[in-house]
Amino acid sequence: MAKRIDVKDLNVFYGSFKAIEDVSMTVEPRSVTAFIGPSGCGKSTLLRTLNRMHEVIPGGRVEGSVRLDDADIYGSDVDPVAVRRTVGMVFQRPNPFPTMSIGDNVAAGLRLNGMKDKKILAEKIEASLRSANLWNEVKDRLSKPGAGLSGGQQQRLCIARAIAVAPQVLLMDEPCSALDPISTLAIEDLIGELKSTYTIVIVTHNMQQAARVSDRTGFFNLAATGKPGRLIEMDDTQKMFSNPTERTTEDYISGRFG
Amino acid sequence: MTVADLTSGSSLSSARQWRPELGLGHRSRAREARNLLARVVMWTAFLIALIPLAWILWTVITRGIGLVLEPVWWNNSQRGITSRMVGGGAAHAIQGTLLMALVTAVMAVPVGVMTAIYLVEYGRGRLAKTVSFMVDILTGIPSIVAALFIYAVWVTTFGLQRVGFAVCLALVMLMIPVIVRSTEEMLKLVPNELREASYALGVPKWKTIAKVVLPTAFSGIVTGILLGLARIMGETAPLLILGPYTANLATNLFGGFMATLPTMINTNRVESLQPAIDRTWASAFTLILVILLLNLAGRLVARTSKVRN
Repeated sequence: MAKRIDVKDLNVFYGSFKAIEDVSMTVEPRSVTAFIGPSGCGKSTLLRTLNRMHEVIPGGRVEGSVRLDDADIYGSDVDPVAVRRTVGMVFQRPNPFPTMSIGDNVAAGLRLNGMKDKKILAEKIEASLRSANLWNEVKDRLSKPGAGLSGGQQQRLCIARAIAVAPQVLLMDEPCSALDPISTLAIEDLIGELKSTYTIVIVTHNMQQAARVSDRTGFFNLAATGKPGRLIEMDDTQKMFSNPTERTTEDYISGRFG
Repeated sequence: MTVADLTSGSSLSSARQWRPELGLGHRSRAREARNLLARVVMWTAFLIALIPLAWILWTVITRGIGLVLEPVWWNNSQRGITSRMVGGGAAHAIQGTLLMALVTAVMAVPVGVMTAIYLVEYGRGRLAKTVSFMVDILTGIPSIVAALFIYAVWVTTFGLQRVGFAVCLALVMLMIPVIVRSTEEMLKLVPNELREASYALGVPKWKTIAKVVLPTAFSGIVTGILLGLARIMGETAPLLILGPYTANLATNLFGGFMATLPTMINTNRVESLQPAIDRTWASAFTLILVILLLNLAGRLVARTSKVRN
């Protein structure tokens, strides 16, 4: 069920501001791809264009194409809502719905899309929480509010919520930056398990994290503040961190700037 | 900069010098005096603000409580009671006030909440700015102007009678901006991350608003509606212009007169006989009580909000 993502000649704009210029890349199915780069280089923006979430911000638009296997997600007859069901997303800060219990949070995507069968919902809740390594911690309090969990548990809850709708691709926008090291480790382990089923793209500020969890890494940079971000280099993670082709990549990875 | 620099404030003011022999610094008498002064001023202002409230409540309660405690006050109308006579109740006025408030709310709440949803969730550009500006103007309309406007339309233009429903129309004009503004504030308080989380699950925007945003803001929206209700229930100008008083029970909003608490107060106020004066205070107390009870009921409803921590 995992899909390949092909990005070709992508330019992203917010109004008249060009946020990303001329990005082409391929993301392999059943692998983890990390985006790294200094703040403001457009890595989060690019991530959001992969499920058309950038359109939520007024003025957001793209030129170029993003294909999931063979389908262009920016095709004229494609509904962005449908794209987001196929390409799920986990955000920087854990954001469980405050009005819903733990179980309802996991079932939210299914229920809000019209699923009513209680038995199927219960099965999906359990399966998703198990996949997110959270089931054992919350199985006795599924009806308690999701906001009562710790930050790390909330983030795993959000991952469970994202995978409950059975997406093909999972996008993660700095999923550990608000978490402590132990919770971070739990999420990283989880990413390692999830990649056997999903295509995962993760944005991270933490280069050790990129080195730990990803198979391939893309490095983004921008020429100057106010200039669009570009993909400088993309390669196997091991090569990127040991012997990158570009000088700026090496400078960034070794901590000389950024 | 060291800890001592910070505690003695030498980096802020060169006049006060750090004295190393005092270690971490010394208690600043000047700062403590200023703190005390500020505290006294604050409490005094608070008490002064409280005086009128306590005074009003004391006056209204002591003069009104006698009649309000009698069951007949809640069960009877003023039918057949003249200003010389003791007796009768306020049931007709309570019923009229509640009925008009209900009908007003039924008309104003959907319009107000929908407008707020439009302004917060959908409105971009010139139309949204215009709508927002119009709401501002509506907020500033004095109640008597709203009443005269409805009079001009209802009575002068269409030649209809002065009835309860015309009062409701004027009250709707006063209630809508209150609801729009309060609902808007509550919707803005809902974090954008929740909307994005919902979109990212492939939930359409309208469903996100209905199932995520509105439930999250529910208790705040209810509170705003109650504030709006409290405001219109005490409104008097539209009642004086469009809703003449009657001593009888009435339920027809489209024909005949209908009593309300403000008009009952006003009718008894002009009499100089003691029974009427007593009824003035009692109906004033009743109006305060009714609004208070509605507020409490609303608090209870708002407490059923599903936002839990």
